[in-house]
Amino acid sequence: MPLNREFIGREYPASTSYEVGREHVRRFAEAIGDTSPASLDLEAALALGHPDVVAPPTFLTVLNFRFAAEGPIADPALGLDYALVVHGEQSFELHRPVCAGDVLSSVQTVTDIKDAGRNELIVTTTEVSDAAGEPVATLRSSLVSRGTAAPRPDRQEAS
Amino acid sequence: MTEVGTELPPVTFTITRADLVRYCGASGDFNIIHWNERTAKAVGLPDVIAHGMYTMALAGRVVSQWAGDPAAVESYTVRFSRPVVVPDDDAGATLQVSGLVEELREDGRAVVALTATVAGNKVLMAARAVVRLP
Repeated sequence: MPLNREFIGREYPASTSYEVGREHVRRFAEAIGDTSPASLDLEAALALGHPDVVAPPTFLTVLNFRFAAEGPIADPALGLDYALVVHGEQSFELHRPVCAGDVLSSVQTVTDIKDAGRNELIVTTTEVSDAAGEPVATLRSSLVSRGTAAPRPDRQEAS
Repeated sequence: MTEVGTELPPVTFTITRADLVRYCGASGDFNIIHWNERTAKAVGLPDVIAHGMYTMALAGRVVSQWAGDPAAVESYTVRFSRPVVVPDDDAGATLQVSGLVEELREDGRAVVALTATVAGNKVLMAARAVVRLP
């Protein structure tokens, strides 16, 4: 079943803020085997001039899962079968480092849904800001919905 | 001295099922294809596959380690070109990551191009990180 293109342009502000926890930064760093002292050791982070331990560059991916239940991916009306999903592209623009203690707001926007051969792509952008409303990061994510593109008469379909 | 063409120290990573379970918990991404072989195969995958984000994070370690501070990484982008299949054994998958300084900007940033392969096949494409140099 093709994805519902009416979702293009929809915005999903997170219903609550997300506080970056020192122990969550540690757990994430340990899960990816990152031994950077700035992520694991408060004193080391302070010595480098940071206000608290620094999250690894890909840490903010947690936002998309923290708020998944209220986002577009989980909405049955989109028609996405998550077991058919693989990640296509991902980018992080970090306007400043993410540190423990940050209280983040985020808005996820469905920027595009389109065919890519037999697959479909759903592209979202997440703008993340801090408690003062200052920009923290911009995430762009492209998910591949495998094999769900509508059949096209101009293309030979494999059986 | 960093210059265009400077190579980052390459790193070899071993990815096992246990690593994927740990990453599920830390990231909150519990997509069943990252831990359940039965479902992975039922949806046409060869076996359980690693989270793309886990592969991206491992490759990113090569950059933050080189930079000396994860906060120096200002931008990081990848395309996932093929899945990293993780068999249910002790050997797991072997990911090799190398990096090359591709550009030095006048604002004191280096653009690093990353290469990530499993068994000689690229699993990331167009992987670039922008790093603030000390």
